[in-house]
Amino acid sequence: MEAYFDNAATTYVLPEVAALMTRIMTEDYGNPSSKHKKGMQAEAYIKEATERLATALKAEPKHIIFTSGGTESNNMALIGAAMANRRAGMHIISTPIEHASVYNPLLYLEKQGFELTILDVDERGIVKPEALEKAMREDTILVSVMAVNNEIGAVEPVEALGRLIHEVNPGALFHVDGIQSFGKLNIYPGRMGIDLYSVSGHKFHAAKGIGALYANPKAKLHPLILGGGQQRDMRSGTENVPGIAGLGLAAKLAYENLDENTKHLRLIKERLIRKMCELPGVTDNSGDAPHIASLSFRGIKSEVLLHALEDKGIYVSSGSACASNHPGISGVLKAIGLEAELLDATLRFSFAENNTVDQVDYAVQTVGELLPVLRRFVRK
Amino acid sequence: MEYKAFMIKYAEIGTKGKNRYVFEDILCKNIRTRLKKCGEFTIKKEYGRIYVVAEAAYDYEDTVKALQSVFGIVGICPVVMIEDTGFENLKQSVIAYMDMCYPDKNKTFKVHTRRSDKTYPIPSMEMNSELGHVLLEAYPQLSVDVHAPDILLQVEVRQTGAYIYSLVIAGPGGLPIGTNGSAMLLLSGGIDSPVAGYMIAKRGVAINAVYFHAPPYTSDRAKQKVVDLARLVSAYTGPIRLHIVNFTDIQMAIYENCPHEELTIIMRRYMMKIAEAIAEQEDCLGLITGESIGQVASQTMHSLYVTNEVCHMPVFRPCIGMDKQEIVDIAEKIDTYETSILPYEDCCTIFVAKHPVTKPRLAKIKESEALLSEIIGELYQKALDTLETVTVR
Repeated sequence: MEAYFDNAATTYVLPEVAALMTRIMTEDYGNPSSKHKKGMQAEAYIKEATERLATALKAEPKHIIFTSGGTESNNMALIGAAMANRRAGMHIISTPIEHASVYNPLLYLEKQGFELTILDVDERGIVKPEALEKAMREDTILVSVMAVNNEIGAVEPVEALGRLIHEVNPGALFHVDGIQSFGKLNIYPGRMGIDLYSVSGHKFHAAKGIGALYANPKAKLHPLILGGGQQRDMRSGTENVPGIAGLGLAAKLAYENLDENTKHLRLIKERLIRKMCELPGVTDNSGDAPHIASLSFRGIKSEVLLHALEDKGIYVSSGSACASNHPGISGVLKAIGLEAELLDATLRFSFAENNTVDQVDYAVQTVGELLPVLRRFVRK
Repeated sequence: MEYKAFMIKYAEIGTKGKNRYVFEDILCKNIRTRLKKCGEFTIKKEYGRIYVVAEAAYDYEDTVKALQSVFGIVGICPVVMIEDTGFENLKQSVIAYMDMCYPDKNKTFKVHTRRSDKTYPIPSMEMNSELGHVLLEAYPQLSVDVHAPDILLQVEVRQTGAYIYSLVIAGPGGLPIGTNGSAMLLLSGGIDSPVAGYMIAKRGVAINAVYFHAPPYTSDRAKQKVVDLARLVSAYTGPIRLHIVNFTDIQMAIYENCPHEELTIIMRRYMMKIAEAIAEQEDCLGLITGESIGQVASQTMHSLYVTNEVCHMPVFRPCIGMDKQEIVDIAEKIDTYETSILPYEDCCTIFVAKHPVTKPRLAKIKESEALLSEIIGELYQKALDTLETVTVR
């Protein structure tokens, strides 16, 4: 049996999305900037996709900018907003659990002279609104908090944070990294005080290399990529028409079936956590996101278990891989105070709606068989 | 005016007496194989030299680079070929050649002519002085030095045309691969072993390689990295048969039964034994390792003594007296360094003792190995039976 439980890393592309993309690449391949019919046809695909994404976000088409993926969306939101608003202040607030594509642009901005405040999180990885309120200053221009943490699935109270930010300092912008939340949670940035919201296509069955940024037109933003002036001068470069159209369709399908999908994801996730935790020495670090489970396996190096599972057709991630390769990044597992011994013994299981109960049971059974074997071989 | 041919210089193989033609034939064959991807060439032996002649359009840079990876070649001379050997045309050609190769004319030179075509009307000495004369007239900045010229301009007149050359591009040296049997390289993912393989191959030895894989403790990426390294080395050695041994069971048996601080040394002994068994099957005449005295605990003199004791074949350790930086310098030159330092941490580290023995005693190690006596025979055989072999090129 094969069980792909690494859907927070990437998902398969839906066949109807792939079919649409193939058609655009091989038949309707015009450049949307061309003045002829083929160009208009390409432009129409973009328009449709923009509307579909806007609908999913309860936003308007003018709020949408397509990018090369989540990383570019985060870079554009943070660096673009900081540079455009530096006269209003140089203070930025974020959290210790952000993805590298948020954290590293922030470090870059710090080098450019911006001042960075990193908030504490509680033992579940949740940002405390009081801590944010305390950290807010008059010269705070930007706050960045992810909606769903990619390693443990902690869900941040972005609506409450958004309200708070705009009460305390109406001039400050609120960026939310929505890469793990889009297609899983109902987040409507315009209604929740979110000015900038990053989306990545391949996390919800669109292709790699395509993403989007929701940007409130009132939010001042500098473009990072200059050129022919596409996308209202905000992001130059010939639009990735197949990617954009695919993202639009995938977004539409994700939100049409959202309730049904998340119900199934929760069932899978909760079953896996419950059954795994019945095994000796297994503990749960998972947050509330429907599709991410984080489990620690005492006495086992996560990478060894990962490769042993891979050998049985089960694909997962080692939660601490990012943190261990980049010692500068304070990983979420550390931030939630996980004991040192478990930092390197934690795996992430992440789900998509095509995962089944049988796959979960197979994974639990396999881990159950592997644990005693692998625990015989620990570093002496 | 462009280079249509290369004259290949080789040194040592010229000294091999009656075997000389064997060496030359193998060198020609190796050049032919290596140039396949660069275009269409004729390779011919003439007057004790090897000429590589382009038969169609080709990429000069790629071709020189490919020739620079063929062991046995000491120098590569790009040659301009002239069809019309009339003396007037020859004069114009050397003038044009000089301008193409030496934009800066503030140099000393000497003309050296050979007439393979002895019927050519002008004697060599006369040609030398005449051609020298026209060059001095064309480029007054030039001056003649017959003892140690900056530029030795060689002109070779044949029945079919004339060759003009002077530049010599350094080759890798060594002896042609295939003139000295073959050996089995113990290839890890590190910096040293690819260098060791390169150095032995340079002396004409064909390379086989063996890698010890320990899933799930080493990942498929670590294995792929070794395949990639073998491919980089094969740019010099030609195709490498890479044998992948599943070593997990043996490693675990040692871990469970033997003193922990001796694990690495006992493991190394089994690696050597297995490598030697595969080497015998593959008709290899020696083993190659990247060991360097004192680099790590398993490479102290005491450890090397204990490891070496299991082998019957000679073990070649070309890095043995080199410092790390010297090894790194070669790895960078042969392009394996960047791949070697990729961080696919193999989880074997969980087996490594915090304080491994650095002065193992052979008698003590043999005592510890005796603890494995009941199971090791079967595991050893299984490792050989489940061997995976790929040819990397």
